[in-house]
Amino acid sequence: MGKKRLARAFKYLWLTVVSFISVFPFFWMIIGSTNRSIDVTRGKLTPGNYFMENLNTLLASDQGFLRSLLNSAVIAVLTTILALLISSLAGYGFEIFRSKARDRLFSVLLLSMMVPFSALMIPLYRFFGSLGKTPLKIIGLNTLPSVIIPTLSTAFLIFFFRQNTKSFPKDILEAARMDGLGELAIFFQIYFPTMKATYAAAAIITFMNSWNNYLWPLIALQTPDKRTVPLVISALGTSYTPDYGLIMTAIVIATLPTALVFFVMQKHFVAGMLGSVK
Amino acid sequence: MPKTKGYSMEHKTNRWGWVFVTLSTLLILLFVFYPMIQTLITSMQSGMGSNLSFVGLKNYTRLLGDATFKKALFNTFLYLIIQVPVMIILALLIAVVLNDPKLKFRGVFRTAIFLPCVTSLVAYSLIMKSIFADDGLFNKMLMGLRIISSPIPWVTDPVFAKILIIIAITWRWTGYNMIFYLSGLQNIEPSIYEAADLDGASAFRKFTAITVPMLKPIILFTTITSTSGTLQLFDEVMNITGGGPANATVSISQYIYNLCFKYSPNFGYAAAVSYVVVLIIVILSFIQFKIGGDKREH
Repeated sequence: MGKKRLARAFKYLWLTVVSFISVFPFFWMIIGSTNRSIDVTRGKLTPGNYFMENLNTLLASDQGFLRSLLNSAVIAVLTTILALLISSLAGYGFEIFRSKARDRLFSVLLLSMMVPFSALMIPLYRFFGSLGKTPLKIIGLNTLPSVIIPTLSTAFLIFFFRQNTKSFPKDILEAARMDGLGELAIFFQIYFPTMKATYAAAAIITFMNSWNNYLWPLIALQTPDKRTVPLVISALGTSYTPDYGLIMTAIVIATLPTALVFFVMQKHFVAGMLGSVK
Repeated sequence: MPKTKGYSMEHKTNRWGWVFVTLSTLLILLFVFYPMIQTLITSMQSGMGSNLSFVGLKNYTRLLGDATFKKALFNTFLYLIIQVPVMIILALLIAVVLNDPKLKFRGVFRTAIFLPCVTSLVAYSLIMKSIFADDGLFNKMLMGLRIISSPIPWVTDPVFAKILIIIAITWRWTGYNMIFYLSGLQNIEPSIYEAADLDGASAFRKFTAITVPMLKPIILFTTITSTSGTLQLFDEVMNITGGGPANATVSISQYIYNLCFKYSPNFGYAAAVSYVVVLIIVILSFIQFKIGGDKREH
């Protein structure tokens, strides 16, 4: 009995230590946002009363933090809506209308998950750059659409929707066809409302990825007024004299949306993360 | 007559199938496969900016004598070889303990350990950088515990900077991988463990003989995604050390970025470097499938 209790105590100790390490940096950034830069780098662990000052300095700085919040929100929301629409259509199509040819196409599309972004960024940069001299310059480099467009269709999301469509009751489809409903009507009026949980999970993961994306926006967006939140935070952090009070304040604000989504919809959040191994 | 109807139904179904999948297929072709081919072509060209001419394999032979490339390759593999196994073992050890249904506060622990996933890579990089500052919290703690007598220059020392990058990535991704194992563990029949208990199997034996083999497909999956992720490491290095000191922490992705956008742009050479990454990912995934994949699962 003693041995068992010891093992149990050990389990709690292990989980407590890991949990503490996992959560501590969050505590740290919140404390940091209330302190001056010098206190943050000196490891001060008690809250100060500099939060409002940090916030005001952040908003007044020439980094355009508010503007970047707006840019990030526009990009993340549009990306989420469009990517979900496009990918769920495909995931549904690949699963409901199965054929040998489409199954083969699907396997080919899956290969795109293996492609590192670094092998794409040069042509993408040049492609969107070349649009700058044409009427299509509204989606060329240094526009929000140029950040959104290449991320709209991902094999991951298509796969995610296809996997979840496997559990979609197919009898409903036959019944709906009998009632004379068209295929698109079936998709929007029956599939979409039935699959709310799947859409919620996909929305969370897509929004997160878009909100946190760094490398492609760093390349595509060049002027300060177009920058997204991670670009501004990175600029604050890599300046010659980084103000850590300011940085922590910006990070707290930038993490708020994703943390909120996490706590409110944890089940869907986890489902979205697990996505591909169902 | 029914035959014709069946045919036309099938025909109609087929047409609708293409309607549903075309848009996303076109987008992937246009923004993944087509650029991949373009990068391959560019990798055989040389010149400044967009003014390129064909040079064959010259960019690839140039790689062999490029010290920074070798450093980036070495660093990336070092991160890979140390960080991925450490993280996967940690994640497994957490998941196994957390899977005990008699445990109290399971939800709290799970939520806490998963929490790092909500941070953006840029944000957590800067959080780590501040904790590991020269006169910062972590050094103060180590000095308080008398483990070290003078502060460790985490960001500016070539060796410690690499360790810092590894610590940072492990912090961010262990909980993420843990969730995969936890969901895999929930699919293992408890009766298997009960049978092992009756046989008097030790916890270690149960872990190696039941848990790990049963989770093999998921371990394979997380190993491949982590490997691919580490080979594309960019945000952390860029924001914690900037690749420094003197390229001591530079990753391949960052080197490619530097070749394109930091130094005078050399797209041809950068494309060749990026194709090395493609090649490595293909080879490593293939090896991992060979080692980890079960023939029956195909």
